[in-house]
Amino acid sequence: MGRFIVRRLMFGVIVLLVISFAVFALFFLLAPGDPAANFVGRGATEQSIQEARERYGLDKPWYQQYGQYVGRLVQGDLGFSFRNREPVRDTLIDRLPVTASLAGGAAVLWLLVGIPIGILAATKPRSLRDRAATFFALGGLSMPTFVVGLLLLYLFFYRLTIAGVDAFPGNGYVALTQDPFEWARHLILPWIALATVYAAQYSRITRGSLLEVLGEDYIRTARAKGLSERRVTYRHGLRSALTPVVTLLGIDLGGLLGGAIVTEAVFGLGGIGQAAIQAVFVGDLPVIFGTVMLAAFFIVISSIVVDILYAVLDSRVRLA
Amino acid sequence: MTVTADSVTEGRPPSAEPGPLAPKRIEGRTPLQLAWARLRQDRVSLLAACTIVLLVLVAIFASVLTDLIGHGPNEQFRQEGLQPNGIANGPNGDFWFGADNLGRDVLSRVIHGTRVSLLVGVLATAFAVVIGTVIGTMAGYYGGKIDTFLSRTMDVFLSFPFLLFAISLVSVFQPSLRISVFVIAFFTWANVGRIVRGQVLSIREKEYIEAARSLGASDARIMAVDVLPNLVAPIIVYSTLLIPTAIVFEATLSFLGLGVIPPTPTWGNMIAEAQNGGYYQVAPWFLMFPSLALFVTTLAFNLLGDGLRDALDPRAARVLARK
Repeated sequence: MGRFIVRRLMFGVIVLLVISFAVFALFFLLAPGDPAANFVGRGATEQSIQEARERYGLDKPWYQQYGQYVGRLVQGDLGFSFRNREPVRDTLIDRLPVTASLAGGAAVLWLLVGIPIGILAATKPRSLRDRAATFFALGGLSMPTFVVGLLLLYLFFYRLTIAGVDAFPGNGYVALTQDPFEWARHLILPWIALATVYAAQYSRITRGSLLEVLGEDYIRTARAKGLSERRVTYRHGLRSALTPVVTLLGIDLGGLLGGAIVTEAVFGLGGIGQAAIQAVFVGDLPVIFGTVMLAAFFIVISSIVVDILYAVLDSRVRLA
Repeated sequence: MTVTADSVTEGRPPSAEPGPLAPKRIEGRTPLQLAWARLRQDRVSLLAACTIVLLVLVAIFASVLTDLIGHGPNEQFRQEGLQPNGIANGPNGDFWFGADNLGRDVLSRVIHGTRVSLLVGVLATAFAVVIGTVIGTMAGYYGGKIDTFLSRTMDVFLSFPFLLFAISLVSVFQPSLRISVFVIAFFTWANVGRIVRGQVLSIREKEYIEAARSLGASDARIMAVDVLPNLVAPIIVYSTLLIPTAIVFEATLSFLGLGVIPPTPTWGNMIAEAQNGGYYQVAPWFLMFPSLALFVTTLAFNLLGDGLRDALDPRAARVLARK
């Protein structure tokens, strides 16, 4: 187990190095124009360009620049936004709670919807309710997040508001620590929008995995012992059927923590994804840079956690 | 023996095992014929396939259609499309889908948007499938160090925060149709590669591969002639499911303002324009029709892909039928 974790961590470091090099190459080497000017962004002064040149060592050869850049990353320095006049890390830390609230709440929602639908479908394959579940899943998969989001905004924000019911705000974020009720009220529409596609996916995966497990010999044994169908499905079947769901959940949450870009854009939530999009439009490269690296970090960490968890959950997996 | 597509291309005798729809009189049927017979029974898939054919025709004849309507996709009809106060007219006899904020015909724009969506969806998927199949086949076939290297490369690609990285790419190089296709293919080929590799791993151990090798066939020949035809079924299914993903990806880039540049209409940038300043609140058709087009298109591909999977993988169907 120890060796496995070490190897897994080493691979994670390699992945981060490759991604950091890809981002570095993109912004320092491939991007047209003077990198220093690019970094400072539009409306740069000669002085801030000079500042950027010194900070990133842009007059040195590229491998020294990259070394310096990785050295800073290792220390947790994601760069400095010349536009906001603050370290990128501070910007992102400020925004992390928004993205985390959005992703966490949506995950609860899609698990609560997706898994039961998957179970209903798998326990009676080829029935009407299985077909209904399939239709739900394919329909959900075909609804892009921004379409669901705008539809929700139109129906539950705009129509309700002009009808005099101010139930769901159209944008903004209230911190959980400040007012839990307002927090949930502001996030409920974004949660639904974000969760739709995932709920569809999770129902499919639960169905497929449970169907496979229910066909195994130990399930037949459990039935032969005279256990109720309910007990067989939930106690014996579901337990191992949910392993792929748990792994997928880890990967998805890891991916979303780096910014639920579309949902944040639709609902005007000031999360990490919004920081990235705004940075693209004003040409604030250090922020884009920092967001990509932070997102990659979350993805790598979550995939390591998932691999370890997988080994713990599924006793059939032996680690080499 | 599993029913695979190789006997079609190779002219081998068809599978001896009768499919679920095997006729009473024993008669040779290729697996493709069997799959077609199964698909023909599936009304939902047929409807989805017809929808896709219709969409392709709309995309090809987009200009002809808009000429018939008489409203170009970028023509502004400030008189006919807008009310005196500047608010767009809703659907009517002249503008079936209503007009947008500039008095352009939403129907014409949705028709032209079909072009971008299908073009990007199909092209990006094609590139991703070709690259993924080549890399995945090599990884699975050679095994060992080559497999380790290629699989790890795919893992790295799958670890990229793809939307963020796509945004960075587009921010460095100006957004365009070409960049959209490249970005989408760049971040999806590894998914194809993984699936293909898994399939090749099991095909590699089959007797006919051993037979080919003992006849002195080269690795390249074995991969192209003996392995590849066996991948046709999973690749067809996966491509059909990848196209809607690519279409949504393109629409998302356009929606974020990083796809095809306006005024060229795409469903994504139309939805973005509808969202801009809450315009969809006074003119919901402006949001509704491009969204509906996007939904219908992705749903049709998803339904067809689901049906194709059932039709091309008879084993899965039998497992279910046994229950």
